[in-house]
Amino acid sequence: MAVITYREALNHALREEMERDDRVFLVGEEVGVYGGAYKVSQGLLEKFGERRVVDTPICESGFTGVGIGSAMVGLRPIVEMMTFNFALVALDQIVNHAAKLFYMSGGQFPIPLVIRGPGGPAHQLAAQHSQSMESYFCHVPGLKVVRPTAPRDAKGLLKSSIRDDNPVIFIESETLYGVKGEVPDDADFLIPLGVAEVKREGRDVTAVAYSGMYYRVLEAAEEVEKTDGISVEIVDPRTLRPMDTETILASVRKTHRVLVAESGAGFAGMGSEIASFITESAFDDLDAPVTRIFGANAPMPYARNLERLKTPSKERIIDAIRKLCSV
Amino acid sequence: MAVTKVVMPKLSEAMETGKLLRWLKQEGDRISGGDIIAEIETDKADIELEAFGSGVLRKLLATPGTAVPVGELIAVIAEPGDDISAVVGGAPARPVAAPAPTPVPAAAPAAAPVPSAPAPAGVTSAAMVLPPGRLRVSPLARKLAQRASIDLARVTGTGPGGRIIQRDIEASVAARPPAAAGRPAAVAATMPAVAAMAPAVARTGPDTEDVPLSPIRAAIARQMTQSKAPVPHFYITTEIAMERAAALREELQALPGAPKVTFTDVVVRACAVTLQKHPGVNASFTGDAIRRHRAAHIGIAVAVEDGLITPVLRDCDRKSLFQIAAESRDLVERTRARKLRQQELSGATFSVSNLGMFPVDEFSAIINPPEGAILAVGAIVDKPVVVDGQLAVGKRMRVTLSADHRVMDGAMGARFLADLKAALEAPLALLV
Repeated sequence: MAVITYREALNHALREEMERDDRVFLVGEEVGVYGGAYKVSQGLLEKFGERRVVDTPICESGFTGVGIGSAMVGLRPIVEMMTFNFALVALDQIVNHAAKLFYMSGGQFPIPLVIRGPGGPAHQLAAQHSQSMESYFCHVPGLKVVRPTAPRDAKGLLKSSIRDDNPVIFIESETLYGVKGEVPDDADFLIPLGVAEVKREGRDVTAVAYSGMYYRVLEAAEEVEKTDGISVEIVDPRTLRPMDTETILASVRKTHRVLVAESGAGFAGMGSEIASFITESAFDDLDAPVTRIFGANAPMPYARNLERLKTPSKERIIDAIRKLCSV
Repeated sequence: MAVTKVVMPKLSEAMETGKLLRWLKQEGDRISGGDIIAEIETDKADIELEAFGSGVLRKLLATPGTAVPVGELIAVIAEPGDDISAVVGGAPARPVAAPAPTPVPAAAPAAAPVPSAPAPAGVTSAAMVLPPGRLRVSPLARKLAQRASIDLARVTGTGPGGRIIQRDIEASVAARPPAAAGRPAAVAATMPAVAAMAPAVARTGPDTEDVPLSPIRAAIARQMTQSKAPVPHFYITTEIAMERAAALREELQALPGAPKVTFTDVVVRACAVTLQKHPGVNASFTGDAIRRHRAAHIGIAVAVEDGLITPVLRDCDRKSLFQIAAESRDLVERTRARKLRQQELSGATFSVSNLGMFPVDEFSAIINPPEGAILAVGAIVDKPVVVDGQLAVGKRMRVTLSADHRVMDGAMGARFLADLKAALEAPLALLV
């Protein structure tokens, strides 16, 4: 098993799946000659040529539509959003077409489409480029939504997304592209969609966290273990839709206390959804109300100090864990 | 003017809640910083609570007899004209000591839901009392209580706002008297053949007895588990010739006006001197660093009736053997009387546990985190030893160092023990 970056893991997934199936192709801004704005598609143009690695004008609604149309006629497109914030321009294509055509055509047109790119807060990208948009897409029936955390997850989940016959929203993270980890080289290494992972075993509190927030919760968990002897179990859902409720509920039944962390705004966010199914299914196992940690209800400020205030900090997570345990 | 919030202090590493025993001041009393305003019972001792601010004691929020989580607001000190509504309004609601909703049996008037005599006015404020008929209970606690047939109205909640949570039910179960006898007889009646073979003297009553955990036993259980599980212990033992230390101790005690000097005092002084040479042993693991302590604050394990308390003798490296002897005697006496001050319960950098008064040759102690090591001291025994090739009778004492492997390694511990041994075998240096 090699130790590679999250960025390389995604590149390997793209490369392996394009080698495996010649219907798979990549389309988006700067994906070819420039190798991707974040260098995820580096080397693919040279290897697969212009017909399968397609540079487009700056027009998300247009090239997302190209992806959907080509999926309707049997190809398996991967559409890169330079950042997911730009997918808002293509929202009609994604919500009204990609998510609905299979249903509205009576099953005649499956849409095996992956839309991928980075999302969530990074470093001083300001209000329009720092949004955590997973909950927008999770709200739409017909879409699958993936947010990989570790390099291993990035590779295994992207390959499964490409092989899936449904439109998949695959949201990466600017801050994670450089993270390194062990990743299997096996060309058939897959992580199934809809399966969560217990990334850290614990006894006293279940923390549900994914993507960048996972790493912050992990730091908090290590600290409270030392300072308070509180043992935190961290469950990474990996796929947000469909959500692996069983793995989360099993952890809740063990620890009886839950914290859900997300970087986006809290109202109608992922934490709300996770808190409600836990309350519905494991009410009698709860020793405290489900606690949510989320970003402040404000556009992301550009100033670094304010950016830090908006995003959930390790200290806030630690406070929340202590409160949950009535320490 | 300043408004001073008085909160339940964290008086030891392991403390999670403190029980307010009594208020020593009333609402309206004028307070100066340093006045003793209340008595608090912690896991390990009863402590007097000093006021940090000056002004008028405006509001008493905690009810005597209740357990209050560390950090929670228990009183407010301010000037008469200060508006304290924001401070008081922010205090979480707590239930009164006895639960109001249940009808009180005539036979038990003591359990009446009225707070006893010097009831602070604070307990009658709306923030303090739950609406009648409604207990705050977590869903899990409710389920566990039902399963264990615990009456929730008799459980004191220690969760937010007085909510009854899992640990409160577990504490109630642990504190419950063992089930009444009688069942074995019924079983015997249905199994006559077995009963006929039973021994002539039948055992009555249950086979086991659950002794409820006292606060100190519960604290020890928690603290020791929190030590042994995460702290990777290793142990090193050596044997020390104690003839000269014993002689020195006798000579010192014979001096006019000398305090009683125990072997523990001699060992504590030797440890303090040796720790100064081995700063790596006088250290704690912080997670991302090893924190070396300049002073040798030494915890002395003292057995009390139902457990163990380790009060701290500070700055042993800068105190003479007589000072250590006098202070440790006072400390031990006050430990047994549960009269320790809060700063005497925490802050040790190293501990000594001496079981030499028992027929114990050697033993291994559990480290008291965040300390990096503890010395376990056995009895001094007369035994055959070889001196210059000749068999002789010597006084020997075996000591075992338990060390945190994250802080130090075996060789460092061994060098410390070697110097400790040298210090005790040539003990005059302990006097300078």
